[in-house]
Amino acid sequence: MFIQIKNLTKIYNKFLAVNKINFNIEKNKTIGLLGPNGCGKTTSIGMILGLVSPTSGEILIEGKNINELSRDENLKRFNFASPYVELPKKLTVKQNLEIYGRLYGVINLKNRINEISEDLDIKDFFGRKTGELSSGQKNRVSLAKSLINKPEILLLDEPTASLDPDIGDFIRSYIQEYKLRNKITILLASHNMNEVERLCDNVIMMKRGKIIDHGTCKELINKHGRNNLEETFLKLARSKDEF
Amino acid sequence: MNFNKIYALGLRHLYLIMNSFPRVLDLIYWPTVQIFLWGFISKFFTLNSDYYSNTVGIILTAAILYDFLFRASISFNMMFLEEIWSRNFTNLFIAPIKISEIITSLTLTAILRTLIGLVPAVLIAIPLFGVSVLNLGIPLIFLLISLYLFGVSLGLFVTSGLLRFGPSFENIAWASLFFLAPLGCIYYPIEILPNSLQIIAKGLPLVHIFEEMRNILMTETINNFNILKSIFISTIYFVIGVIVFYVSYFGAKKRGTLINMGE
Repeated sequence: MFIQIKNLTKIYNKFLAVNKINFNIEKNKTIGLLGPNGCGKTTSIGMILGLVSPTSGEILIEGKNINELSRDENLKRFNFASPYVELPKKLTVKQNLEIYGRLYGVINLKNRINEISEDLDIKDFFGRKTGELSSGQKNRVSLAKSLINKPEILLLDEPTASLDPDIGDFIRSYIQEYKLRNKITILLASHNMNEVERLCDNVIMMKRGKIIDHGTCKELINKHGRNNLEETFLKLARSKDEF
Repeated sequence: MNFNKIYALGLRHLYLIMNSFPRVLDLIYWPTVQIFLWGFISKFFTLNSDYYSNTVGIILTAAILYDFLFRASISFNMMFLEEIWSRNFTNLFIAPIKISEIITSLTLTAILRTLIGLVPAVLIAIPLFGVSVLNLGIPLIFLLISLYLFGVSLGLFVTSGLLRFGPSFENIAWASLFFLAPLGCIYYPIEILPNSLQIIAKGLPLVHIFEEMRNILMTETINNFNILKSIFISTIYFVIGVIVFYVSYFGAKKRGTLINMGE
């Protein structure tokens, strides 16, 4: 198994944010992390990225506990994009990509920046300051930054939040296409159920810090007797039972 | 340590300065105002005080050195605050950089910001008031090293506070140096302080730096022991600053404050 999450728990003071979650991610698969606000998705992502120390439990990458790996060697394999995390606003798009390319030790950085910029259609505003861009443009730049190092593991937190349907579709199509062209494992946290159905091989449902169900989108829809993932999500989010 | 990563972080701040003329102006403006203000005060004291009559510009030299310390510390804090203000904090801390590389980069880049602000002001002081810090000779280099180490140490304490308490700690960043200034004996000898405060003041490198500065300018002799003592004390503060920064970083990971750190 590529990534193994074992009994991962996080307690902030006395608040149990993540409660003994267990799941595995196979290589080159896309896993959707779903759940209502405050269910522990961001904390879980934070723990995987090394931003939050788990209270207990383990995160294993190819069988090795990430605490035993060197921080920079481990993080080289990851990247992350979220509309809630921005790039320096006063720097141009090109400057930001150059800096992050250097930080990730990208070889042939100029070529990589060109390649990713053409793919994501951001060359037109290369010289503009990132803070001056529209939400859709910012999201594409953020995605470009998250792919600059050709990560093995990509974590995406609501990558299409607050985007118009056209740009949202562009981003989803690009992620799909990128995944086909490159070997990449993706953990996607999203509230957009169409997006999850389209992109994810498997889905993990969280609620109040716990995993309440998991499976493929189809399996979950059938299991809960609903028509689509959105209805299934609502049923699970509003239910008091565990499944 | 990876030089390319340290350079990349430095480049981020260099681009920030290069992209904004008002930012450069802001860096130069305050040190220049300081030089003008203390230049005139210094001129007045030189004409009217027996104590300072033999040494033209002693106050102005003190003001320049103090501003060097102030700019070094503020530059360090500002660069860290820039990451919070731009909501870039998470991106920075998930990048494959060692904490030691972040500290090194901030330390090295802070000197650039400091010099951009201070060099024009220092140059202005020469024709305008006939005062040059270069009159301190070779010891100036060591006094600046000591001041810089202490300035960066203060920067490390403040940024540790930002990691621990979040952006609300920002005001302390601005106030930190004003808090220490009275004990630093920048413009007056240590004997002015009450005995109890003298004991505390001697624990700061500032007293030894500024006492030595006055000694060189007034007696034209150099007390190497004073200079070494100031560097030694500054180094201790720097080491403690680095330790506190690491402790705050691991504490922030525990509390989860590295996620969504921003205004």
